Amino acid sequence: MKVFLMFEKDNFETRKKLLPNSAALVQDLELGTLFATMASGDEFIYKIAKEALLSGTFNDIETILYRQDILKDSIENQLVVREIYRLSTEALLSRNEHWWFLSSSPSSVLYSSIASLKDLLGYLKQLKALADEHASHFQSKGFSRFFAMLQKELDEDFMAEAWKHIKELEFHDGALFNTQLGKGNKGYPYQLCKLPQQKQGWVQMLFPRKKPGYTFNVHPRDESGARALREIKDEGVNVVANALAQSMEHIFSFFSMLKTEIAFYTGCLNLHGQLASLGADCSFPQPLPGHLRTHVFRGLYDVSLALAMKQKVVANDAIAENKNLVIITGANQGGKSTFLRSIGLAQLMMQCGMFVPAASFSANTCSQLFSHFKREEDSAMNSGKLDEELSRMSSIADNLSSHSMILFNESFAATNEREGSEIGRQIVNALIEKGVKVFFVTHLYDFAQSFYVRKLENALFLRAERQADGARTFKLVEGEPLQTSFGKDLYNKIFDNPDAGI
Amino acid sequence: MVFESILFASTVPDDSLHLEEPAFMVDLNINQVVDTALKGKEEYNLKPYFYTLLANTEDIKYRQEVMQDIERQDLYRYLKAFEGDMRNIRKQLAETEKLYYQYHKERVFLDIVIFYGQAMESLAKNLPHLPIKSRGFITFCNYLTSYTESLQFKNLLAEARAIIHELSSIKYSVHIKELRVRVLDFQPGDDYTEEVQATFAKFKQGDVKDYRSGLSYPLGMNHVEAKILDGVAYLNPDAFARLDAFYKGNTRFQDETIVRFDREVQFYLAYFEYIENIKKAGLEFCYPQVSAVDKEIDVTACFDLPLAHKLVSEKKAVVANDFYLKGHERILVVTGPNQGGKTTFARTFGQLHYLAGLGLPVPGSRAKLFLCNNIFTHFEKEENVLNLRSKLEDDLARLHWILGHCTPDTIVIMNEILTSTTLQDGIFLSKKIMEDLTRLDVLCVWVTFIDELASFNEKTVSMVGAVVSGDPSQRTFKFSRMPANGLAYAISVAEKYQLTYSELKKRIIP
Repeated sequence: MKVFLMFEKDNFETRKKLLPNSAALVQDLELGTLFATMASGDEFIYKIAKEALLSGTFNDIETILYRQDILKDSIENQLVVREIYRLSTEALLSRNEHWWFLSSSPSSVLYSSIASLKDLLGYLKQLKALADEHASHFQSKGFSRFFAMLQKELDEDFMAEAWKHIKELEFHDGALFNTQLGKGNKGYPYQLCKLPQQKQGWVQMLFPRKKPGYTFNVHPRDESGARALREIKDEGVNVVANALAQSMEHIFSFFSMLKTEIAFYTGCLNLHGQLASLGADCSFPQPLPGHLRTHVFRGLYDVSLALAMKQKVVANDAIAENKNLVIITGANQGGKSTFLRSIGLAQLMMQCGMFVPAASFSANTCSQLFSHFKREEDSAMNSGKLDEELSRMSSIADNLSSHSMILFNESFAATNEREGSEIGRQIVNALIEKGVKVFFVTHLYDFAQSFYVRKLENALFLRAERQADGARTFKLVEGEPLQTSFGKDLYNKIFDNPDAGI
Repeated sequence: MVFESILFASTVPDDSLHLEEPAFMVDLNINQVVDTALKGKEEYNLKPYFYTLLANTEDIKYRQEVMQDIERQDLYRYLKAFEGDMRNIRKQLAETEKLYYQYHKERVFLDIVIFYGQAMESLAKNLPHLPIKSRGFITFCNYLTSYTESLQFKNLLAEARAIIHELSSIKYSVHIKELRVRVLDFQPGDDYTEEVQATFAKFKQGDVKDYRSGLSYPLGMNHVEAKILDGVAYLNPDAFARLDAFYKGNTRFQDETIVRFDREVQFYLAYFEYIENIKKAGLEFCYPQVSAVDKEIDVTACFDLPLAHKLVSEKKAVVANDFYLKGHERILVVTGPNQGGKTTFARTFGQLHYLAGLGLPVPGSRAKLFLCNNIFTHFEKEENVLNLRSKLEDDLARLHWILGHCTPDTIVIMNEILTSTTLQDGIFLSKKIMEDLTRLDVLCVWVTFIDELASFNEKTVSMVGAVVSGDPSQRTFKFSRMPANGLAYAISVAEKYQLTYSELKKRIIP
């Protein structure tokens, strides 16, 4: 029984492989805020949300659409999805009730397995009941298959058979073992075998011959004798106890897989609810094939920022078809970094099958997403900082492919403009010629302008907007790089200069 | 020739073996060799064989042949397997003694007898195909073949196997309900495990933990198992009566000559294993030509055995030396720098003769040695405070004893003796002793700082330890025949520090 709600033909657990630069992405895109909102206090959902988002770029378009459909179903049937999550969580917790001791003798394994199985059969029954009641309200391929499977596999026959095993292995009529004289004339191996089925008179059945066998009793106070009996039973039930414990383990792993995969959708529901309460847009994106270089969107905003500020934030529109270089210049505090983050967030959300924070969004999938953001100034000397930046760039380059996407934020500015520009030029030229999709926020005028004058067909230039009075709209518009980044504005604003506005 | 012993060509009564460690073994560091070689072989009680030098060259030849056979790897491998088998049998028999329940004990015994039989058959089958050349192994091989083909041996095994077969085919059932146990004739029934697995197979997501307990099945038996066994015996009386009869009738099933062989052959294996790594490091061993009359000796590339053992394990180089005595030469007088290997050289001389006298290969590429009747050593010892005599007195008492017990066939090794007196006294006393040794015509190595001894008479040969020229702090550990010259060493040290006469003169500013 497979859950298959994350991949059509695979388990999430076996496929999840995080992007090599996950830590940098979490930091640069402020993903923590997003994960926390999805989790709503549930650490497990936090973990799964993180794994799903940071492994999303390995998904193909079919998988993205497969999940989109399941997510749409989930939004329509929130209560059922949340109930499945609750059930699987509870089933997994039940394990602790019977497995708190450390002893691992076969008899105690058998005993604990039976206790666990009894509980698990109860949860399976509830799950089946959910399927019976709600399956018809779900449209997606993923949920339809999942519910049909539950109905088929957890039918009456299965339940009856499972209970029968449990009853038999409780040994109300004693246990019968077959064995053979082995080394040292000790019986080996002791193997549990089934008692004859007849309810009555089985003991008589065992003595068809005249010879009545050989019977003895272990004295009730003979502790070592009782232990010896236990050892024989242990040996005899060892294999069947293992089979039962492993069966139990398999059911736990089924619930574990179910919880994992449904956790992702539960997280999406949590986020969906939050955004709705802020009145913020979200929509299902259209993923485009990886060989295209397209970004077309309306009303794209930084979801982490909106969640952190608990309000709607500025959104941007752009049409970038057949472009793999987007250079963003313009005013300080003009929303450039926010825009860059919104690009990264939307890409990760789209590729893991989620809705995106935009009125509409369509982009090609990328094989990996990288971020190269200027790090906070630390005690390191400037030369050390450039060294650090280039070393980070080098480790990115270790993993780059032509279908990668990379976000630069004020990179290579740790040195003077000429040197920084030259480094940036050499790096970016190489990247775009290999087809890598590049978003580059910079105030290196020399760097940005040198690309602008080349009038590259595959490049788009965006600029942080500045109104005549110097106020920012935080909106980006298409435009030629300008030589100043309006630091004077900032200065004026902060120092409250009376000449502000010139 | 009927096989009796793998160690002696002729019958040697056990009381001719030395049970005490000869005094020279500590001085020559041979005790280290013996202790290491016999580690883990204590049960064989082999030390007396290492304490006893052979009395005639016939026995030496007998052992050399045996050892040469063993040095062909295949035989060694079979002997090790045999050793393991016999050790196993002893261990299991000892454990069986402790077993309490009759039918349990008897069954374990049965297994041991079968194991013994297989071990004998296996060796008897394999030995004839090996390239055996020694008288010792050829006669042993014949003995073993006739033993394993004897009716007595064959009947023993056949009966044991038949009983095992009968017992092993007994199947039975045990029903346990709370504290009541029933032993029943076999009740065919279905296996649970597969059914359980089939029911829950649908949930399988991947491999899960294996809950099977790693139960161990100890040899012992508890009283419940014994009761169950009684039940099985009750249901199958004939098979158990037969087992009982076998046990009572065959308590001494092992052949004494083979048991003795197992012990004695360890003498060779112990030494073989001791020198194995040294050989692998590229050092050569050889079978010496040993004479009981000819005192001309000649050795190429010999080395100190326990030292080599240590150096090889530390991956350090071993220095080998050559020496010979011809004509009337009897006494090697060894001089040279301190820490230059003089003591090692003297020990090597003694070790070679000792090992040759045991019939073993010696450390060296070629050797012609003398069969001595004993080795006397006198190495400088710590002063004994409990002893009322002075050190010089001790020295002389010991020397007196040695000279009193020497025969012309004895080897004497002296190391830095008579140092606790003036040089003049030392020279005087040494010369006196040298005269006695010369008169006795013994073979001798004498390590000394007294140059005069090196050219005492026609029987003495001077061997000098060499240093690296120009750097006297470096030793070569090499010894060669040359006149003793204590100054040579002193001068080279002076040169190194520019303190020779001419050097120092130039450095003194006018």
